This record gives sequence, structure tokens and C-alpha cells, in this order.
Amino acid sequence: MDRFAPLLPEIILAIGGLVLMMLAAFTGRRGTALVNWLAVALLIAATIALIGPPSHAGPLFDGMVSADLFASFGKAVIFPSAAVAIIAAHGWFERGREHASEYSVLIVFAAVGMAVMVSSTSLVSLYVGLELNSLAGYVLASYDRRDERSAEAGLKYFVLGALASGILLYGISLLYGFTGTTSFTGVAAAFGRGAPSLGLLFGLVFVLSGLAFKASAVPFHMWTPDVYEGAPTPVTTFFASAPKVASVLLAVRVCIEALGPATEAWRQIVICAALLSIFVGAIAAYGQTNIKRLLAYSSINNVGFALIGLAAGDRQGASSVLFYMAVYVVMTVGAFLCVLWMRAEDGEPVETIASLSGLSQRQPGFAAALAIFMFSLAGVPPLFGFWPKLLVFNAAVHAGYVTLAVAGILGAVIGAYYYLKIVKVMYMDEPAAPYRRVREPVQAALVLFAAVIVSPLGYLLIGPLATLTDRAAGSLF
Amino acid sequence: MGEVSGLPLLSLLIVIPLLAGALCLFVKAEGARWVALVASFLDLAISAYMWIAFNPDGPQWQFVENWPIGGGVSWAMGIDGIALLLIVLTAFLMVISIGASWRSIEKRVPEYMASFMLMEALMIGAFTAQDLFLFYIFFEGGLIPMYLIIGIWGGAERIKASYKFFLYTFFGSVLMLIAMIYMVSVTGTTSIPALMAYDFPRSAQTWLFLAFLASFAVKLPMWPVHTWLPDAHVQAPTAGSVILAGVLLKLGGYGFVRFSLPMFPEGSLQFLPMMFVLSGVAVVYTSLVALAQTDMKKLIAYSSVAHMAFVTFGLFAMNRQGIEGALMVMLGHGLVSGALFLCVGVIYDRLHTREIARYGGLSDNMPGYALLFMVFTMASVGLPGTSNFVGEFLSLLGTYHASTWGVIAGTTGIILGAAYMLWLYWRICFGTQRNADAAAMPDLSVREWWLLAPIAVAVFWMGIYPESFLKPMRADVGRLQVRLERVAPGGDSKLSPGKPNLKVFDAHEHGAGH
Repeated sequence: MDRFAPLLPEIILAIGGLVLMMLAAFTGRRGTALVNWLAVALLIAATIALIGPPSHAGPLFDGMVSADLFASFGKAVIFPSAAVAIIAAHGWFERGREHASEYSVLIVFAAVGMAVMVSSTSLVSLYVGLELNSLAGYVLASYDRRDERSAEAGLKYFVLGALASGILLYGISLLYGFTGTTSFTGVAAAFGRGAPSLGLLFGLVFVLSGLAFKASAVPFHMWTPDVYEGAPTPVTTFFASAPKVASVLLAVRVCIEALGPATEAWRQIVICAALLSIFVGAIAAYGQTNIKRLLAYSSINNVGFALIGLAAGDRQGASSVLFYMAVYVVMTVGAFLCVLWMRAEDGEPVETIASLSGLSQRQPGFAAALAIFMFSLAGVPPLFGFWPKLLVFNAAVHAGYVTLAVAGILGAVIGAYYYLKIVKVMYMDEPAAPYRRVREPVQAALVLFAAVIVSPLGYLLIGPLATLTDRAAGSLF
Repeated sequence: MGEVSGLPLLSLLIVIPLLAGALCLFVKAEGARWVALVASFLDLAISAYMWIAFNPDGPQWQFVENWPIGGGVSWAMGIDGIALLLIVLTAFLMVISIGASWRSIEKRVPEYMASFMLMEALMIGAFTAQDLFLFYIFFEGGLIPMYLIIGIWGGAERIKASYKFFLYTFFGSVLMLIAMIYMVSVTGTTSIPALMAYDFPRSAQTWLFLAFLASFAVKLPMWPVHTWLPDAHVQAPTAGSVILAGVLLKLGGYGFVRFSLPMFPEGSLQFLPMMFVLSGVAVVYTSLVALAQTDMKKLIAYSSVAHMAFVTFGLFAMNRQGIEGALMVMLGHGLVSGALFLCVGVIYDRLHTREIARYGGLSDNMPGYALLFMVFTMASVGLPGTSNFVGEFLSLLGTYHASTWGVIAGTTGIILGAAYMLWLYWRICFGTQRNADAAAMPDLSVREWWLLAPIAVAVFWMGIYPESFLKPMRADVGRLQVRLERVAPGGDSKLSPGKPNLKVFDAHEHGAGH
């Protein structure tokens, strides 16, 4: 049994997910609430199970996965945000007479996939984890199947995702073909033997492209705005949080553990993707009128900042990426929970930015929360969103990439404009038609919690979080 | 000295307005007004106490607090004499601002008062922070409340002005952030006092100076990056303008004193000619622009830019007179420009226009107003006996040691300043009463007297007995001067020992004797 102790979180989720699926199938619509809450309980249990062997057991199954602190940190962010995505869906799908309980089961399976992603140390387990997550994601994107936009989002995500998987697989096969191994250490050893051959470089480029697609980094971001806009809002909340963390963390692990000796080769790719993501994310958001689309560009923009930390390529950089993603998830989940509450009088969701007009006079608390998330996403101090940005720039400057940091920070100024625009609409424009009041105490508590974390009180977390991310990053080196 | 009472006074100065601001959001309009007023009075009382308790001969940093937060930053607070006076100025102007908004703001009062309280906390925080990143957080944080103040309670063009204000200053500051990161990674410390004594390599100083300049020049503001200021001032509500001119601009000057000069002396010397040229252009150009204005607030906004040029002149002269003068200009300008914006606000509240041409002959129907407006006009011109005279005189005296051309530009600015201010006063208070509605305006109310009279007292106090203000910062200016000694510019005045023609002199004496 000891062999399986380090996998306890994944086991809980996998077996629990199967049981829940049966439960969902047999109880039908009546069991929706039960299945949802059980799924949340499973995710919380899995998070608690991270304490102990799953955090420091080391390599398992002949180096297929590694139960280390880096993986645990990722899971500790991923599982709770997946749980929030389930809570976010409360009362959402019932409106459309959908069969709602499978939603939470799918999220649990996606969480298993993401857990495998962040702990994989082999190209095979990497791919299995990624696909498990993606398959659940394709279904989730088209969950509102009567809604054309949702169906379109699912199809788009599927077709483009399949393409990206193909690219990734092609890269994996090249790496395997030229190194003769799928384990990250083996690949690293092959790269360590002098200048990499052309085949290896091609493999590297393809693998990184596939990962960039999953993390929606430019130039592989095209699917993001459409999918984020079309998918039901709780699903978008999910897409913008947990899978994003999983793919960025996976990219960090691949770059450092598998491609570590070839840092010079991948760094330029990462720098390009980082700067392009920051600028495209910032500039393309200008004309948006749909808040979900705008937040999609915001998430592209944020991945760019996280990649700046990765470009530093050292322990400090990896640590800053972890810090960044942890705070990013809180901000972005908070923002999406606010978007969930944008409902017209008849209860239908509203997504235009214009409908936020004068919100501060209609619902001051709601407006204040969203304003806090916006300023925080923009990285304006004294909100906590400033600190992770500072850390990634700090890592870049420390590694000698001052120009990169300057370019990134200029992108942050450009990006600040559209976050300000939302605050302007809410605070400075005349009130528009009121929203219908949403009575969701759990969601309200979550929004409040997120707002407190990104408020200046969040700075009290710097100490413990910095220690944790540093140790987690240390397990990669 | 330090904590006389054992209380963390500096933290209190920040926490009181923060809590008051939060409380404002939960009460009705009238309650919010009182909460803000009480909190700002408390802050004023604490800062006044600190002014008295501050030991000018004591250690450089007093009232020190230090609690590590983790991740290399700490809640490090402490003030020297320079910061002390700026804090007193902030607390003083904040009380005035709350009073000035008492009845002129009727829209969304709780949020308004909360923004002002947040503003006060952040500004005082910026003056007290001893940790580099903590400073940056406070320094930048001030943008959020000001953005809201201009954008919600401003005039017709408020949205554009608020964006311009935010993005302009944000852009300036982020470059400084990169420089800060670099400094911390080189020195391994975030402590401002430690960094003030650190000698960065000369080549690095060039870039660091420029990066900090990008931020402080926008904030101060210096020509040619001042263009956000007239817009922001004109659109902001009266109290917003008071705080903007009185406190927010001082952050730029404070930044030069605290960071640019002591941390990058060689860098400062390298860019000294540029600083003088920019200041010279600013003082002459913006004065001429001010002459052409038809909008009262815009005129005073441009005069702010001109006055701030005396700050940069004095600071970069790098001698005692110059630096002390610059600091006095900062304090004096904070009072006088704040008061002038209030004077504009007084008549704006009555007639709802800032067009100079709509007024005239107000000394007939508003004699009290005309009197106080006269005091502040004279102070702005730099009449001896008022605050600005001390500052401008010292600053120019110091500049003269470093650059004759600088002084020529500066004194030209003073003449032009007299021209536009006196002309403004003449057009508003003297002459014939052209408009019946302006002629029917009542004189100052009791509340308005209470707002303007204390500033007038402070203006005379600074002008007649500047020692109260110079004393706390004398030792700190001395320390800065020691730091700058190795780079202080020699000056271009070709002084030669005089060879008086004794014969003529004798004859003259002789002649006088007859």
C-alpha cells in the first residue's frame, strides 16, 4: 500500500469521480445538489491529502510521475479552484433544463488530469494527463448544448485542441526518437551531451508550442477569446483558473527538468511568447465590449507575465511563476464570480461591459469587489496583484534580463487601460438597468474571501507564500 | 528620541484614516463628513505632536518602526525632518480639504470621503516608508483614489482627465520600479537609509537616475511632461485640486531629495545641465502660458509647474541654500496653491464658472474674499514676509552658486509670475462689475473663513519666522550636503577679487564729507 500512499489525492479523485458518475446517472436531476457538494468535498479531501507523502515521496513508477513539493503546490492551487468552479455553477445549469450533475463529475476528472500534468516527469504521463484534462474540457465547453455559442465553443476548442495535441505528440515523438527515452531526466541527459541536434531542437519547439496552446500563450491563443466567450460562465471560470495553472506549471517543469541543459534554446521562445502574450493581450482587449472576452485577453496577458518568470530560468524565476499563478487564480476567479452575477431582470446572464454602467450606485459592494479585482489584475499597488508582478520582474532582472523586464512592465501600463475602463464604467458612468439580485451566500463568501486576499491585507501572506514557492521551486533543481 | 509615548505614531497616522475611510462607506452622507473630519483632525493632532516632539539634533530617523512582513520586505517606518514637515502639511491640508468639500460635494459623499481618507493614508505612508518597495506601494497607491476623485466628482471632461492622470503617472513610475528591483538585487537590501549611503557604480547611476527621473519628473511635474497637470486640476473638484497641488506634487520633490540626490550623486551631476535647462524652460514657458489663460484653475495649474521649477533649481544646485530653499518652496507652494484653488472654489461654488472674464470688481461685494485672495496672490508672487519669498529667495541664492543662467531664467519667472498673478487679481477683484450675477455674490461664509484664514496664518508664519520650519530639516539638509559634497557643481560665476579704485573711492568719501 505504501507505493500508493503518495498518490492518495489522485486516487481519491479518480475513484470518487467514478462513484459520483454512477450516482449522477442513477439519481438524475434530483441528485444534482448532492453530487455537486460531494464533488466539492472530494476536491477538498484531495487537497488535505496532499499533506504527507504526496509532497515529498519523490519519483514514482520508474520516474513516470514525481510526488514532490512543486506538484503539491500546483495541486493545492488546482483542487480548490476546481471546487470553486463547481460552486460557481450552482443554480446555473438548472435554468436551461440541463442535466447538471455531470458537470461536477467532469471537473473532478479534469482535476485528476491536471494533477497528473503537474506531477508528470515523463513525456507519456505528461500527454496522458493533458488529454484527460482536455477531453473533460471539450465536453465542458459545450455543456450548454442548446446554446449555439456554447456548442461552437466546444467544437472550436476540440478542433484546435486536437491540432495542438498533434503538434505536441509530434514533438514528443521527435524527442523520443532522438533520445531513446521518454523520461525527463533521460531527455535532459541527451540535451546535456553537447549541442543539441536539429531533431532534438525540432522536438523542443513542437513540445513547447503544444504547451503554449494549452496555456493560451500568443501565438497559440486564438481559441481563447471565442471559447471563453462561448462557454457557460462557470466553465469559463474553470478554464481561466485551474487548467491555466496546470499548463503553466507543466511548462515550467518541462523547461527546467527535461530541457534544463538547453535553456539557451528555449529561453528565446519563452521570451517571445511572454512579450507577445503581454502586448497582444493588452492591445487586443481595447475594443472589447464583452466582459468574458475581455477577461480572456486578460488571461492571455497574465500568462505572458508568468512566462517572464520562467524566462529567468532559475530557481527564483520558477518560484516567482508559482507565486504569480497562485495570486492570479484568486484574482481571476474572483472576477469571474462577479461576472456570474451579471444577470438581467429575467435572470438571463448579461455579458456586455456597458451593462456594468453605474454599478457602484446600484450595488456598491459588488462594484467594489470587481474594482478591487480589476486594479489587482492591472498590478496597481497597493493591491496584492502588484506583488507577483514585482516578483517576476525581479527574477528577470536578477537573471540579467533588464530589457525584458522593462518591455514587460510597459505592457503592464498599456494593459492597465482596459482594467481602468471597467472601473470607469462602474464608477463614473450613469446607472444602467439594474441586475437581478443573486442570492448565493457561498459564492458571496468566496468573492469576499478573494477580495480580502488581493486587498493590501494579502501582503501579510508574502512571507509564508514566498517560503512555500521557494521550496516548491527548489524541488525542480 | 523616537517613540516618546511608546505608541507607533507613524502607523497610527496611516491606520486612522484607513479605518475612517472604511467606516465612511457604511454610514450616510452627514456621518461620513464627520467621520472624515474627526479622523483628519486626529491625524493633524498627532503630526503636530510629532513636530513638537521631533528632536532636530537627534538621530536622523526618528519615530522608527520596523516589523518584517516576509519575502524581504518590512513595514519599516521612520521620518527625518524633511518628511516630518511634509506630513504636517499633508495632515493640515487634508483637514482643509474635508472642510472645503463639506457642502460643495453633495453627490456620493461617503465614497468621496473614503477616497480622501485613503489618499491621506497613502500619502503619509509614502513620506514615512523606509522600505523601498513599501514606498513604491504607497507612492503608486495614491493613483487609485485620485483617479476616482477626478473621475467621479470632476468637471465635464473628467473622464479624459482621469485617464490621462492615471496612465501618465503610472507610466512614469513603472520605470522607477525596474530601477528599484535592480538596486535591491545589487545591494541585497530594501532599506532606504542603507541605500542612501550606498555608492552605485557610476555607469549604473546614469540609468538609475533616468529611471527615477521618469517617475518624479512626471509627478512634480517638470516641463515637458507636465501636460497632465492642467487637465487634472481643471477637472478635479476643489478639494481634489488642493490635495493634488498641495501634497501629490510634493511627492516628486520628496523623491528627488530622498532618492535621486543621495542615492545617485554622480548621476545627478551628470544630468545637472539638463535639469537646469528643463527648469529654466519650465519657469519661463509655463509662466507665459499662464499669462494667456482665461480659466482661473488652469492659470493656477500652470503657475504650479512654474513654481515647481524652483524646487528642481534649488535641489540640483546641491548646496545648503538651494536645498533648503527648494524644501521651503515645496511647503510654501503647498499652502499657497492650495489656498488659491480654494479661492477659485469659493467663487466657483457661487457662479459655477471658472472663466476669469465672468467676474470683476469683487472687492466691492466680497471685501473679505478680496482681502484673503490678495494675501495669497502676494504670497504666490513671493512678496517678502510670505512663505514663498523665503523659499524662492533661498533657492535662487543657491542656484546662483551653481549657474548664473539658471538664476536669470528663475528671476524672469518671478517677474512673469508677478505679472500673471497680479493681472488675475486685478481682473477678478478690481475693475468694474460687468455681470450682475457676479456682483450679487455674498462674501465669505464663516466656514470659508475657517478654511482660508488658517492657511493665511501659516503663510505669514513661514514668511516671518521660517526658523520653525528650517530647524527640523537643517541637520538632514546638512547630511544631504555632505553626501553631495564630492559632486557639488563649482558654479559658473567668474568671481574675481575686487580691485576697487581707491582713489575714486576716497574722493567719493571725501566728497560725501563736504
